[in-house]
Amino acid sequence: MSTVTESRGPADGVTPDTTPPGGKGGRDVLREMDNPHRVRAVKDVVAKVVMWFAFALAMIPLVWILTTVVAKGVHMLGSATWWTGNQRNINSDDFGGGARHAIEGTLEMVGMTTLIAVPIGIMTAVYLVEYGRGGLARAISFMVDILSGIPSIVAGLFIYAVVVTTFGLRQSGFAASLALVLLMIPVIVRSTEEMLKLVPNELREASYALGVPKWVTVVKVVLRTAFSGIITGVLLGVARVMGETAPLLILAPYTKNFQRDLFNGNFPTLPMMINQDRGDLALPAAAERMWGAALTLILLVLLLNVIGRVVAHFNAVKK
Amino acid sequence: MAKRIDVSDLNVYYGSFKAVEGVSMTVEPRSVTAFIGPSGCGKSTFLRTLNRMHEVIPGGRVEGKVMLDDQDLYAASMDPVTVRRTVGMVFQRPNPFPTMSIYDNVAAGLRLNGVKNKKTLDGIVESSLKGANLWNEVKDRLNKPGAGLSGGQQQRLCIARAIAVQPQVLLMDEPCSALDPISTLAIEDLINELKNDYTIVIVTHNMQQAARVSDRTAFFNLKATGEPGRLVEVDDTTRIFNNPSQQATEDYISGRFG
Amino acid sequence: MSTVTGVSAADELPGPDGGTPLRGDRASTGRLGDRLFGGFATFSGVLVIAIVTLIAVFLVVQAIPALTNNSENFFTSRVWAPGGEKPAFGVLEFLWTTVAASTIAMLIAVPVGVAVALFLTQYAPVWMRRPAAGLVDLLAAVPSIVYGLWGLIVFFPVWKPVQQWVEDKLGWFPLFGTAGITGGTIAFIGVVLAIMVLPIVTALSREVFDQTPATHKEGALALGATQWEMIRTAVLPFGKPGVISAAMLALGRALGETIAVTFLVSALPDGAKWTWSLFNGGETFASKIANNASEFSNPSKTGAYIAAGLVLFVLTFVVNSIARIVIERRKAFSE
Repeated sequence: MSTVTESRGPADGVTPDTTPPGGKGGRDVLREMDNPHRVRAVKDVVAKVVMWFAFALAMIPLVWILTTVVAKGVHMLGSATWWTGNQRNINSDDFGGGARHAIEGTLEMVGMTTLIAVPIGIMTAVYLVEYGRGGLARAISFMVDILSGIPSIVAGLFIYAVVVTTFGLRQSGFAASLALVLLMIPVIVRSTEEMLKLVPNELREASYALGVPKWVTVVKVVLRTAFSGIITGVLLGVARVMGETAPLLILAPYTKNFQRDLFNGNFPTLPMMINQDRGDLALPAAAERMWGAALTLILLVLLLNVIGRVVAHFNAVKK
Repeated sequence: MAKRIDVSDLNVYYGSFKAVEGVSMTVEPRSVTAFIGPSGCGKSTFLRTLNRMHEVIPGGRVEGKVMLDDQDLYAASMDPVTVRRTVGMVFQRPNPFPTMSIYDNVAAGLRLNGVKNKKTLDGIVESSLKGANLWNEVKDRLNKPGAGLSGGQQQRLCIARAIAVQPQVLLMDEPCSALDPISTLAIEDLINELKNDYTIVIVTHNMQQAARVSDRTAFFNLKATGEPGRLVEVDDTTRIFNNPSQQATEDYISGRFG
Repeated sequence: MSTVTGVSAADELPGPDGGTPLRGDRASTGRLGDRLFGGFATFSGVLVIAIVTLIAVFLVVQAIPALTNNSENFFTSRVWAPGGEKPAFGVLEFLWTTVAASTIAMLIAVPVGVAVALFLTQYAPVWMRRPAAGLVDLLAAVPSIVYGLWGLIVFFPVWKPVQQWVEDKLGWFPLFGTAGITGGTIAFIGVVLAIMVLPIVTALSREVFDQTPATHKEGALALGATQWEMIRTAVLPFGKPGVISAAMLALGRALGETIAVTFLVSALPDGAKWTWSLFNGGETFASKIANNASEFSNPSKTGAYIAAGLVLFVLTFVVNSIARIVIERRKAFSE
């Protein structure tokens, strides 16, 4: 598959270089050379130091965030009601209650989003890689780029303009799902496209040469070969929209109750549960609830990533 | 099972580029015909027109006629998918389906075309693998991935996959160019056996190979770079290699160019 | 060049019978399955075009009535009073805050992100690469509301004295002038946005750097290049289009980031004095819209917010188009 390994092979007829690239051997020689080379060696060291420093610098806030969320949220997750209860009749300064309503709501909303976005996204990628040529393909590809750049709040605003302003319907979980669909499609198209491009053309030809129609070739050979990569891409897309809050602010007002109906008014989700207590940060009960919900949300996203990796592992192309 | 191929006055284009010009030839059933010639002379392109595989490359099209016995491969009513079921192909680099086991690879052509009966499949997989001289090497690991075999075994697997759909003709596009000498020998032996049942056309860069495996040889050449490739001559292999009628053929055979 | 991807020059040429132009290859036949499947694929692609077009159309159509009733200049006014008999609103403040905060974010996140990506692909010990890359990927997946929460509760108290110090020492410089804001400032939002988009820049850049062909790298090293020179001559040029698109994606995120900014932003009182200071407050487009979602019941107000959203849409559209052009140009060069 990779041209890299080929070009490295001993077949090149060159004695394999035993020194690792940029290893000590190379630099020792440079030191013995004249001044301009010493300048180069210094630059090399400076660059190395800068890279290490940048890495350390970047890791500080990132690790800081993760440890904060875990430290402040973990005890909430230990309480049984967290996983079973909702927030009904619990005021900002009350402890207790659970997040089940929001967990269920988030999963349901994202599930609906996935159901709509995945077929459209995958088939768009199929079009771009397997069918599309010329102007239409270029236009679609461009629009996918535009869509991937659309801020989530604008996606929410658009759905609001359609669903509420134009059709006069109420805000609902489903409306929020539609906004999330807009955000998810480009992620799926791009990742699926990459995966389909990785499928060697030889496999398509092998299939055609067996007298297999194109669509069967695409479904059974191309998509099958790229399957694990596509799943990973889908889960990335799911993770991307799961934590989205902006469209929910406009389209799916929060409720503290259980609410499984996506088509009926207010809808509970984890991001909105966090947002709910924004004004009451000073209250320990509210802060605690926010961190608990934040950690739960991160864990859900993480769980999806793990599932993605497991699926990818078991369906990996056998070597 | 084998059928005769009759090509008359065939031109091949990619877009506006004429890749091959004016080929007329006959390929006899149950024989091996080798196509030789310098790189870029259009021999692989021409080979692909024999099962309409050139059409999967955007812009690829032909003018002229290709007859398989009494069927016109380019008749308006002819479905390219049907053509490819009748005329199988083996490629330069072994290309087993990476997600499939050895068994599934051989069964792929049938399964993808809707054959589900387990017994039928079992039988055909076994006979195809035997036909490809691979059965004894893989019969204990039919469920292992096909990509785990050696290069030569993979190529024989691809041949088994091609003959599993029971084609009339087998096209081979430099089937040994990615293989070591021992695997090459195994494939050549196999070609000798397969010609009892199939019409075989093989493109090769290796003239010894053409001399070893083929009954007839066709020499393709270019007039100049950028010109379309054309068929210089086609004749019995012994004649082409010993006493060709064209000077260009003799120059090529004796290694004066190409 | 693969025949499956990309656009070939042969596409526009006439078909075998000189009739209609060929579109794509002809592996697809007239079979029902092929027609349905190909049709569905085409439909999905066209749907994407339709969606983006509809977004633009809907936003424009619904913004127009509000804009025509507007008694202030939409682009140069800092007033925001879209309700009432005589609506008056302008987006200058949002434009400034959005662009300034995003610029700060990019100035920090792009160099650091690229450096981290180089570190992960070229410098880090091999045992460290995968876990560190995994950590970065994980952080790219952390919801932005979490960054907002962390920024507000944990990071702000740490940031405050730093900002105070800069104000004391460099307050004479207009960008660092005192603005008397006690909450989150433009600079603070910029820094938090930088932290948010850093994993995106890093993850995407890392991917392209990883794909630098070994032959390019070995070619440079074989000429006696140091590791840094190898990176400059082989890795960076190869990865440049990828880095540009990563940066543009990150910029898009920063411009449109809503919830984290909404957590951190300090709204300015009506008629607040104009200042160039980055230590001033002020809403961004996204936070203004989000903070007032409850006002959408009034159509004329909604129109004003949709108009603001439209500006944000155009802003990100332009950024993405530029990225696309830059990448296409570079591609043309490298092919």
